[in-house]
Amino acid sequence: MDGVAQLQKQLVDFTDSLFQEGFLDEQFNQLQQLQDESNPDFVVEVVSLFFEDSERLLNELAKALEQKTIDFRKVDAHVHQFKGSSSSIGAQRVQKVCIAFRNYCEEQNIEGVKPWHRCLKCLQQVKLEYSLVKNKLETLFKIEKQLIAAGGSIPT
Amino acid sequence: MSSTNTENWMKDIGVLDLTGVGGGSTSAAKKITALVVDDDSVNQTIHSKMLENLGIQNQVVRNGKEAVDLHSSGNNFDLILMDMDMPVMNGIEATRKLREMGVRSIIAGVSTCTRDEREQKEFMESGLDDFQEKPLTTPKLVSILHKLNKKC
Repeated sequence: MDGVAQLQKQLVDFTDSLFQEGFLDEQFNQLQQLQDESNPDFVVEVVSLFFEDSERLLNELAKALEQKTIDFRKVDAHVHQFKGSSSSIGAQRVQKVCIAFRNYCEEQNIEGVKPWHRCLKCLQQVKLEYSLVKNKLETLFKIEKQLIAAGGSIPT
Repeated sequence: MSSTNTENWMKDIGVLDLTGVGGGSTSAAKKITALVVDDDSVNQTIHSKMLENLGIQNQVVRNGKEAVDLHSSGNNFDLILMDMDMPVMNGIEATRKLREMGVRSIIAGVSTCTRDEREQKEFMESGLDDFQEKPLTTPKLVSILHKLNKKC
């Protein structure tokens, strides 16, 4: 059972690194605890939902920022939603850049028009963190799948 | 392991419900019902599963208006998890409306940390029994349920 033990170690090490690097936080543990034999794919399902929602939100954000006159309330609403869903699955770094983005949007209301490229930079940050965590989670799920296929079980 | 934990919590607050597991309830606890009001599908899924894992029958709607409509057509729930920011009708309006309609369920506001204290106050004053900051966790949910037990 060398293969299984190796995969288990790989999984544990990889998961630990995600928490240490701040990609995931305690909320992700909460999700894992909700998973059980009657719903063995719960985490994958929720995270997939998150991916779908996120991609939609990122598109909406990009569109909103392409407008001649940016509707900052709309932008703020999208970022708020993204912040909410990312915090719900424990995607800590995404949540953090969303908060930074929103602070910027807030400033917008007080100080008047700022160059739109600053907004785009915020969006780029969010996109980057999102694609990083997406990548990490996909890798995580892949290792889990391999482990199960090799006859092992996911360590709790 | 998690199911043992939730059973302990349930026993703690006196609402352990054993129905649905092999049929036939020997428990005297009544079956709790809940309504999740949230426009975000990720949150809907998570909150619903949390409730399900605690043995609580639940329904999900996407905004305050759907929640109000459900009640208008005669539905009632022991617990309502009410999000703040929703399209069509937000949490504040919906809570107000439900209280006006005479709904006496436990309504727990669940919202992302709002930097607007005034808004949070308004939310509480619209008729909430409790408020929990998102993201919701099972322990937070259990603390809301303690309120339910007291009310009963």
